Amino acid sequence: MPEPTTPTPWAAGGVGHSPIRPDAEAKVNGAFDYASDLAFDGMLWGHTLRSPHPRARIRSVDTGPALALPGVAAVLTAADVPGKLHYGLIEADQPVLAPGEVNYQGEAVAIIAADTLDLARRAAALIDVDYEILEPRCDAGEAVAAGDCFRYQPVRVGDPDTARAAVVVAREYEVGMQDQAPLGPESGVAVPAPDGGLVLHVATQWLHSDLDQIAPCLGLEPGRIHLTMAGIGGAFGAREDLSVQIHMAMLALRTGRPVKMMYDRAESFLGHVHRHPARMRYEHGADADGRLVYVKAHIVLDGGAYASTTEAVVGNAASLAVGPYNVEHVSIDAWGARTNNPPCGAMRGFGGVQTCFAYESQMDALADALGLDPLEIRRRNALAQGDQLITGQVVDAVDPDKAAAGAPFSPLRDLIDRFADLPVPPVPAGRDIVDLPGGTGNTTHGEGVRRGVGYGVGLKNICYSEGFDDYSTARVRLELGGPEHDGEPVAYVHTAAAEVGQGHWNLQQQIARTELGIRHVVLLPNDTKAGSAGSSSASRQSYMTGGAVKAACEAVRELWHDRDLADGPIEAVRVFRHRATKPMDPVTGQGESHVQLALCVHRATVDVDVELGLVKVVDLTCVQDVGTILNPVALEGQIHGGTAQGLGLAVMEEIITRDGHVANASFTDYLIPTILDMPPMRLRIVENADPDAPYGLRGAGEPPTLSSTPAIVAAIRDATGLPLTRVPVQPEHLTVRRPS
Amino acid sequence: MSTAAPARPAFHRPAAVDEAVRLLAEHPEAVPVAGGTDLMVAVNYRLARPEAMLDLTGVAELREWADEGDAVRIGSGVPYARITAELAAVLPGLAAAARTVGSPQIRNRGTLGGNLATASPAGDGHPPLLATGATVEIASAAGARRVPIGEFFLGPKRSALRPGELVTAVTVPKAAGPQQFLKVGTRNAMVIAVCSFALALDPAARPIDDVRGTADYRRHALAVCAARALRRVWAAAHERSPR
Repeated sequence: MPEPTTPTPWAAGGVGHSPIRPDAEAKVNGAFDYASDLAFDGMLWGHTLRSPHPRARIRSVDTGPALALPGVAAVLTAADVPGKLHYGLIEADQPVLAPGEVNYQGEAVAIIAADTLDLARRAAALIDVDYEILEPRCDAGEAVAAGDCFRYQPVRVGDPDTARAAVVVAREYEVGMQDQAPLGPESGVAVPAPDGGLVLHVATQWLHSDLDQIAPCLGLEPGRIHLTMAGIGGAFGAREDLSVQIHMAMLALRTGRPVKMMYDRAESFLGHVHRHPARMRYEHGADADGRLVYVKAHIVLDGGAYASTTEAVVGNAASLAVGPYNVEHVSIDAWGARTNNPPCGAMRGFGGVQTCFAYESQMDALADALGLDPLEIRRRNALAQGDQLITGQVVDAVDPDKAAAGAPFSPLRDLIDRFADLPVPPVPAGRDIVDLPGGTGNTTHGEGVRRGVGYGVGLKNICYSEGFDDYSTARVRLELGGPEHDGEPVAYVHTAAAEVGQGHWNLQQQIARTELGIRHVVLLPNDTKAGSAGSSSASRQSYMTGGAVKAACEAVRELWHDRDLADGPIEAVRVFRHRATKPMDPVTGQGESHVQLALCVHRATVDVDVELGLVKVVDLTCVQDVGTILNPVALEGQIHGGTAQGLGLAVMEEIITRDGHVANASFTDYLIPTILDMPPMRLRIVENADPDAPYGLRGAGEPPTLSSTPAIVAAIRDATGLPLTRVPVQPEHLTVRRPS
Repeated sequence: MSTAAPARPAFHRPAAVDEAVRLLAEHPEAVPVAGGTDLMVAVNYRLARPEAMLDLTGVAELREWADEGDAVRIGSGVPYARITAELAAVLPGLAAAARTVGSPQIRNRGTLGGNLATASPAGDGHPPLLATGATVEIASAAGARRVPIGEFFLGPKRSALRPGELVTAVTVPKAAGPQQFLKVGTRNAMVIAVCSFALALDPAARPIDDVRGTADYRRHALAVCAARALRRVWAAAHERSPR
């Protein structure tokens, strides 16, 4: 047995390497079991009847004809909810089933269990709901004016009203409602347990948060409900809120049989929250050198009908409202409005995306007004070590080269300066039509095409903010393996952390290999028998569950010094917490509210067919500080994916609502980028390690989603000369409906 | 409303056209299916619930094209991928349109016959067929008939196809000069047309206003496309640069 005094990464399977993911083969060859693939003997199918109206009173619900259909086992309404009637991630305000009124189109009214999904759907059509249709409120501004908000958060610094500026830029911006568009639809199975409890197979971002919300609504002790993770087909925030969980559990309890629910694509669009659409009025004042003097902003986010995570999204929007720049005088007002639009909540970037589009557009407008280079104006205003965010939080970046004398280290200037070695790519010659705007549509052979270049910078908080007690738990057991492991030590790692496609399972194995100096690491199923891992959100899972697995491995390693594995396994459980944060002051917005800050800078090069208004992004170059690279391939995947979602918001992705009705709940009409829309990327990954974080890592999944959108829009502005204050930019905006 | 559990659709799989039309006469409720790229989406969205299906993929004669001298006769079951790969030299407009259909997987399955039978205004195959004056061949138990493409489309999703009839082939005149096909969508691939343009347009066509694009924009984009296509054809004919 090797003496484990000097742990070394196992070959190429440890931290810093890119071993093959444990789920790779099954996902590539189609054998991976996603939640929608689950099947149990004697299983019924559940289905949800949803409101066709954005706002209505329910006079009555007649379930009789549906129940009379042979093969229908149960039809349940609000009257059948066994426990609490409402649930929610932060505030329990969303009805399990609409009790007497509906507040958005798609709100769940009744649930059905039947022998087949088709039959359950037919039964749903037989339920007679008598609606009294009411006028929906669909304008977030009206809701704010009426004081109907989930949260209002101001930030006040200095005195922006008397501050003097040489140049002032004031504009209004709008961000459309983006969807996470995970490819795997919401799905799960509830299986009754012999003791009257339940086993729930769910695809969620946070098992324990689900359990905390499910149990009270079922009127069951949490200990009688066991959640186990089903295969997750993408999340991006869409799996933070509950979807099928309570409904299938109610049907399983009622029928005593396993019940599966699975949304189709249209229902998926109605059955999860979206990114908050935003209207923002920004005023930036700068001195003659382009240094920011003041920023005033009104930020209205449409939270839709129920709270979801709007409260936390508003906090991010307010605290990150000016980006990574120094400003002496600040007045920010951010609202999360309650309307009868679809509920909005978590999506990659989480409140940082909307304001990033606005503040970066403002930086470009100032640069334009002053005749400054867009990177130079950002350099001049970049936050440095010791500077404060507008919340008063001190930037605690550590100079990677401590010997360097002179000005305090600025993480943003460091990233910007790397573009000196990254020239704008030249126009490739002799290109195929698929390289031109319009792509395979053959709309241009070069006619009307103009090139533009633009930059965007994003600032994102990593981990949960504002005083939230954020932690993760890991159990590691080391034992001597059998012949299948060549008699070598095997580590069993047990957490509840969600593998949403980001490669977290792989990282857990890498950490165990590195910390224990062993080859074989077995991951136990993610379930609620483990302690909470927190959410696979906020770019936090490498930091938090990575930190917990590392700590548990270190504890096992210590014990291993004095013991022989032949005498029995060694086990340790560790809970990992990041440093504490504080809430924002409700009047001034002040407070050390964030844990870790992450920066990303994008440069976009676009070709625009200015006559047809079609856009082809031809290059995206990204410079991002990730602290320490833990897995190069997974990291590049995160940057590519985050960038692509930002591209989608820039030029195509929007859920269109009309009077509260969703008009494009399909992949036919809600477009996401294809391989012909997303160019190959050039990455410059910077490792300025964070001494507070495990391995010095910095959360990496979200920052690229912020900065790619403003970079692409800036490039389109450069090509067209149009102001472009709304995303997604549509062909109409570049041609017949140019915004002023 | 029926209270019985729905039966699985009956599935007929003929091996020849005469067998197909006989089955269709016996089972008028049967919906013909080839690539299924429209029908199965409708089924999945529960917009269609066929009681019976007539699978045409076993009919070998529908899956071939033939050179007829001045024209090419394309079996209704020839997938778009083959039109692009095999017919670009003689039918450049149609081949260019076929290239814009869906994704590679869709182009491997989807057929021109299905495009015609669905008769969607967004059908990518239609403009080049209209521009070149193609002829649609239709078969039924009563015999075969030929319909000029200009008389085939009666309106959105409505065609001259009668109950019991199948589209069996399209005869497309070979290109006598340069052809162009342009399709505008809000994505660079795999997108349903906002509008598209070949060398002939129905002057009575009125663009619609929907989530994919406004009528104003469609009108504008068509005008740009028309000008560009005409400039290109003119330039090609006179051996000049299109700009």
